Amino acid sequence: MPVFYGTEIASPLMLGTAQYPSPAVLAEAFHRSGAGVVTVSLRREAAGGDGQGFWDLIRGLGIPVLPNTAGCHSAHEAVTTAHMAREIFGTDWIKLEVIGHADTLQPDPFELVEAARILCADGFKVFPYTTEDGILGGRLLDAGCEVLMPWGAPIGTGLGLNNVYGLRTLRAQFPEVPMVIDAGLGLPSQAAQAMELGFDAVLLNTAVAKAGDPAAMAEGFARALEAGRLARSADPMEPRDMAAPSTPVLGLAVLE
Amino acid sequence: MSAEVTILGAGVAGLCVAHELADRGAAVRILDPAGGPGPECCSWWAGGMLAPFCEGEAAEEPVTRLGAQAADWWQAAGVPVARDGTLVVALGRDRGELDRFARRTEGHRRLDGEQLAALEPVLSGRVSGGLHFAQESHIDPRTALGTLRQGLAARGVCVAANGDLNGTVIDCRGLAARDRLPQLRGVRGEMAVLRAPEVTLRRTMRMLHPRHPLYLVPRGDGVYMLGATQVESDGRGPPTLRSVAELLNAAYALHPAFAEAEVLEIGADARPAFPDNLPRIVPQGDRIHVNGLFRHGFLLAPAMARMVAGLVLDGEHSEFLQ
Repeated sequence: MPVFYGTEIASPLMLGTAQYPSPAVLAEAFHRSGAGVVTVSLRREAAGGDGQGFWDLIRGLGIPVLPNTAGCHSAHEAVTTAHMAREIFGTDWIKLEVIGHADTLQPDPFELVEAARILCADGFKVFPYTTEDGILGGRLLDAGCEVLMPWGAPIGTGLGLNNVYGLRTLRAQFPEVPMVIDAGLGLPSQAAQAMELGFDAVLLNTAVAKAGDPAAMAEGFARALEAGRLARSADPMEPRDMAAPSTPVLGLAVLE
Repeated sequence: MSAEVTILGAGVAGLCVAHELADRGAAVRILDPAGGPGPECCSWWAGGMLAPFCEGEAAEEPVTRLGAQAADWWQAAGVPVARDGTLVVALGRDRGELDRFARRTEGHRRLDGEQLAALEPVLSGRVSGGLHFAQESHIDPRTALGTLRQGLAARGVCVAANGDLNGTVIDCRGLAARDRLPQLRGVRGEMAVLRAPEVTLRRTMRMLHPRHPLYLVPRGDGVYMLGATQVESDGRGPPTLRSVAELLNAAYALHPAFAEAEVLEIGADARPAFPDNLPRIVPQGDRIHVNGLFRHGFLLAPAMARMVAGLVLDGEHSEFLQ
């Protein structure tokens, strides 16, 4: 199972907590899927008050909490949110999300690296939401990150692995770094593909929360991840252009 | 001798329970520190949509089934009910949302742009299609609360700021009852009221959007209530700029004439909810709690009132009884 900053998690499924029909449905999705990490957004949930009731439910799931800085548009905002998260959840894990464009929600690479540098220096264990760009990945590792979380596709689109070539290259470029496909997944088959490519985990929210039956979809993702993980560990065959019969033709009975 | 009941809380739950019990002959009194329904209760800030089918998109089955009684109950209580139905639309690239919404709800008819414009001419050429939920309706929450209060006063049932807890105590205090119901949490909602005389919509509108869904309830005379965000927080402070900006932007996207609207009011409050977002009737020590109506106060309070009256007067058990 994946190890992040020395902590092994119980499942490669990391699930968000937004947009579920109710906290009861959310809890059921976590129980049925056995998700290994729960992510929670601070920014919106704080809104002038106390989200304690909801946060108690999140803590009550009994699995590691990865707070995130969703909705932050600058390094400064993200750093402030990370500090709030550390106080509220008593963890130095932070999913660092610095949005560069309101429409595509793609990361702002410059602010992201800046925020990562500040937070790593301050003792945070940073999980940066990034693109498949290898140069940016390298800069984040230089800043002190020990995990990379490249997107599959823009947040909430459900388009799957949009740039398989880029993701495969990133995976090959930093073979020792734990990597999580974060965002853009819509179907379990895409999660299986991520594991087959050698990624260590996936992080998703909308695909489960907005499904008609979130708990069933969460379980579907958990099973697909297991399938993909097994396939990867089993050393799959190489694709080839020429057909090769799986049954030898020599020695077949001649019926004439 | 009639049953004696003390109700705590003069929000939509407390007043509906009082109305139902008084109708059935109980001697009712209501205690509320605010002295009556007003900005202190979250129902003051509600939309007043009686939309059991639309709510069924995300809510559990009982909300649709029990909510279907609401419009008749309110009408019988003397509250004007606008029974023109709900229109659900999605703009531009969000049209896929409409298919998903249609799959997950019942009681609707698909309209093309022309059919939709025939119902709401002001949307002519602006919206390419939608869903009409003809059996849905809406009320004005503040009118409804006032009507219930007056009806009760006419029968000698008044709201006092404090007093003794005589007879059966029914606790309808919403989030304030969290000291006794630890599972209760607050879900914040933010709203705005606009006056836009150029926009002539008769029906409740819901505009689907992956990030900024909007509903818009006509209050008459060009006044519209816009709602409502749903934030996991019990914060009751003023709305944030972001929430208001998103609501107003969404309205402007639905019709550009909203750009000229006067912003009459913005408001926010937190609704009481249990983890499954369904209400409950909880007998506990010296009282019976009626709580957790979430975003379905006006939709479900009538059914809850019937259930709790049946419990108090006849010992009847119902589905939300714990």
